[in-house]
Amino acid sequence: MSALTGHPQRRVPRSILPWLAAPALVVFVCFAVVPLVGVVVLSFTTWDGIGAIQASGLTSWRTVLTDPGLPHALRVTFLVMIASWAVQTPLSILLGTFLAGRPRYRAALGVVYFIPLLLSSAAIAVAYKALLDPNFGLGAGLKVGALSKDWLGRPGLAFGVIVFVVSWQFIPFHSLIYQAGVQQIPKSLYEAAQLDGAGRIRQFFDITLPQLKYTVITSSTLMVVGSLTFFDLIWVLTEGGPGDATRVLALDMYKRGWQGSQMGPASAIATILVLIGLALALLLRRLGGRDAGESQLEGA
Amino acid sequence: MEIPVSRRTLSRRTLLGMAAGLPVSAALTACGSSGPGGGNVGATYWYLSSQPAEGVRAGVVKAFNKAHPKTQIKGTTFQNDAYKTKIKTAIGAGQAPTLIYGWGGGTLRTYADAGQVEDLTSWFGEHPEVKKRLFPSAFGAATVNGKIYAMPCERVQPIILYYNKRLFEQVGVKPPESWDDIMALVPRFNAKGIAPFALGGQSRWTNMMWLEFLFDRIGGPELFQAVIEGEKNAWSNPAAITALTKVQELVKAGGFIKGFSSITADSNADQALLYTGKAAMMLHGAWSYGIQQADGGDFVSSGGLGYMNFPPVEGGKGDPSNSFGNPAQYLSISSKASDEEKKVAKEFFANGVLQDAEVKQWIDVGSLPIRLGTEKLLAASKSADFLQLTYNIATKAKAFGQSWDQALSPMAAETLLDNISKLFQLSVSPEQFAGNLNAVTGK
Repeated sequence: MSALTGHPQRRVPRSILPWLAAPALVVFVCFAVVPLVGVVVLSFTTWDGIGAIQASGLTSWRTVLTDPGLPHALRVTFLVMIASWAVQTPLSILLGTFLAGRPRYRAALGVVYFIPLLLSSAAIAVAYKALLDPNFGLGAGLKVGALSKDWLGRPGLAFGVIVFVVSWQFIPFHSLIYQAGVQQIPKSLYEAAQLDGAGRIRQFFDITLPQLKYTVITSSTLMVVGSLTFFDLIWVLTEGGPGDATRVLALDMYKRGWQGSQMGPASAIATILVLIGLALALLLRRLGGRDAGESQLEGA
Repeated sequence: MEIPVSRRTLSRRTLLGMAAGLPVSAALTACGSSGPGGGNVGATYWYLSSQPAEGVRAGVVKAFNKAHPKTQIKGTTFQNDAYKTKIKTAIGAGQAPTLIYGWGGGTLRTYADAGQVEDLTSWFGEHPEVKKRLFPSAFGAATVNGKIYAMPCERVQPIILYYNKRLFEQVGVKPPESWDDIMALVPRFNAKGIAPFALGGQSRWTNMMWLEFLFDRIGGPELFQAVIEGEKNAWSNPAAITALTKVQELVKAGGFIKGFSSITADSNADQALLYTGKAAMMLHGAWSYGIQQADGGDFVSSGGLGYMNFPPVEGGKGDPSNSFGNPAQYLSISSKASDEEKKVAKEFFANGVLQDAEVKQWIDVGSLPIRLGTEKLLAASKSADFLQLTYNIATKAKAFGQSWDQALSPMAAETLLDNISKLFQLSVSPEQFAGNLNAVTGK
């Protein structure tokens, strides 16, 4: 880097500024771009993870694209995404709005709500797995029939449990985002609405929600793209089971690659995962309007 | 608000230029991880956790290190299912431990074909005394194309049908002597609110043990042998379809504990079901005896645990003495290890593995070590009855099949396990199961 600081551009110090991005860029190239290129290259090869890597053209892609496991994994992935978004968003907005209010006790409650965020996914999954065990879990221990269902052993229930646990884990985080969003809304808007005779509920729907538009987009992007990478939680809870009922794309990739020793097809799935993630992120940005920098107070 | 840097300054081209201009060597250094550092000469060894076996393994390493202060072995423990994945990744990445622990068979073949493990044939030639003191049957799964790639170690582990004697007394029934007996016991136990069979179905290989026995008892060992040999449509053999149908009948009849598909064997919850009296029977490896002895309070010592070989199936071809399981465990030497490390490993094979102290410890935890000439020790053990059963199975079985997932290649094994879990979930029919597997094991 020493050669670069001596670059003869004394008159335009601004050109130094891009180099401030260099440390982040090194990390990004190293840990995101390089592995990504590696994955794409591997998807055109056959490799059992142990022996020699052999180029094999489109074989891996053909294997993956003709496997009925792929549409199934895609369907499960999108269902988890949609269900966890639909559960988390309304609850997070309500909690966030509630926490943004004045009274002190709400801040104390906020701390309690925050706890799940401090735990690692694996720890949460282990705890829930133990609690939901049909023979030794909460239901069996308390002798409550309604709780001692085969939570993780039936496809529909297992799916529901995963959406629930994901929501339990991430609602605090999104509430925090919404809380900040609500606190940014100018008080004058509410004062004006009050003068016009709008009640609490009217204020929420006509002021709070529209003003939170960009917060919703940010939080939704995090939820949607984040849900593509749910792995640890599902792995510990169900390992994708029962059968393949909760096998999302990330699990399918892992199982093929590391358990089935087929790195080629696993890399092809990884590539698909990256493409879907990028497409979704772009789509959500579009929904947010062309210029993300435009005023958040439109119509105010 | 005024933004100090205009967007144009930080154009895409600038960023790309910077990315391209980054010193490649610097980037690579940052990406790469350093290999194992120098220092003390010693071999690395990863082995499985879960007591009581973990204690025996740790004891062996400790004793070896005590006797060889200059050449140490460094042990690291892993859970069974996690280890199976971890070791493959490590070998592929060239970061394998010196001693590669495994179960021989198809997995060892993959390692040998890729040149990742040392050929030990000549070493065994130079050290005939090491080979002579072990069960000859243990070397089958260590041999690939006539060459020995692994040192057999630890113990023979046939799969045993365990049962809770107290529950059988309580319900007033006798242990099953045939498959029909099993099916008749299912409603008797269910009527009393006791699960007929414990099963850690999330681990999948637990379900596989059922198919191993049903295939053998109905079609004989040649049924699965055809699969190993890559015979076309081997899974569609009528005997195979019968076996697959029978296991689904058992699932449908409520033969397995509620929620079996979310129970993992690594947590030993399936075994806890048996000794806590929630389930009456369980099909599990011989290692389970030691676990129940250690965790089940006085369940084993007070004679609560019953054990037997899997019963015959009416009209089946398989010999009722046949069994399945692990003929031994295996230690290979990574070909990537340094010469010093390899030397330590070989010294460990010669003077560390299955020495008298280890043999005695295995017997104490109710396991049958693969060392010859232990009859007296076995007879004197507090687990003499159980050891006698294991010994009879191990030495008298007409056929002792290797666990399917170890006998097949890792890719075929994964498809097998995947379909087995769906079969037990009743989400594939026996015919679909056969079709899915014919596609990967047929040549």
